[in-house]
Amino acid sequence: MKARARPGRNARGAARFAPGDAVRVAGRDALGHCRTPWYLRGKIGIIASVHGSFRDPESLAYHKPGLPAHVLYKVRFKQSAIWGAYKGPDSDQLEADIFEHWLELLDRANRE
Amino acid sequence: MHNDHDHGHPHGKDHDSGPVGAYEMLEEAVRTLLIERGVLTAQEIAASVDLMDSRSPALGAKVVARAWADPAFKKLLLADTRAALMRMGIDIGPAPEFATVENTARVHNVIVCTLCSCYPKMLLGIPPAWYKSLAYRSRTVADPRGVLAEFGVEIPSSVEVRVHDSTADLRYVVLPMRPKGTRGWSQDQLAAIVTRDCMIGTARCRVQ
Repeated sequence: MKARARPGRNARGAARFAPGDAVRVAGRDALGHCRTPWYLRGKIGIIASVHGSFRDPESLAYHKPGLPAHVLYKVRFKQSAIWGAYKGPDSDQLEADIFEHWLELLDRANRE
Repeated sequence: MHNDHDHGHPHGKDHDSGPVGAYEMLEEAVRTLLIERGVLTAQEIAASVDLMDSRSPALGAKVVARAWADPAFKKLLLADTRAALMRMGIDIGPAPEFATVENTARVHNVIVCTLCSCYPKMLLGIPPAWYKSLAYRSRTVADPRGVLAEFGVEIPSSVEVRVHDSTADLRYVVLPMRPKGTRGWSQDQLAAIVTRDCMIGTARCRVQ
């Protein structure tokens, strides 16, 4: 089998955020293709894990190389923090994969 | 041959006899150009179709059954899904990455893609039509318990519902809970009760 680069497994050291950090998704607009859903823009979540770095879909979509790659995170949101009128229990959550350039640090996790 | 049956159902456009739609004409034009210009060969296209046809929920069910029966495999599946699948001879290709999320007595996971219809095709094959519907995609993130109830899955309020929106480079698969009454079953017996929807999170595995 041909060995292929697996960008998702590299560059973890370059990640600006770590699990437990509180982040806010940028509330800005985006022209063209992007992978940050509207319903999460401006919402506050917690970094659940660091996936590694992946080529930028906002440039890949237009036949460009998608470089530099961006770090992708799994971000966990409380459902009640997304939807004002969420009907389920407070413990319900939603996870989405969000690129670093869409995230702003709010609060560092307490790390010993 | 499917044209020599005698019952009277109308033939849809996926049969040779129907009128050709705009998307079919577009597909044929693009495919013909790609072959003419030497970008792809007809053999490569056929091989790609064959690869997709080789993936189906039965493949995912085997993986779940093994995870239920083999704790070391389950640990690897949750930590590095790609490596675990490779151990079973299932190559998911260079991208996207895969991740497995485990249903437990405390957490029920459900998978959706609100932006398009990302799905773990290299394990489960082609997604069902409802997975791609605007209704499933928009309602699952906002009212997951309501959507699950419509699938016949009532989640008690003591259990956390965790929605995974596949927004970028990962594809998610649910490792369902192994039902009671399956002790001592073979992996083949276990695989038989793992349906596609169990691995999306819109069903629970049940002993028939």
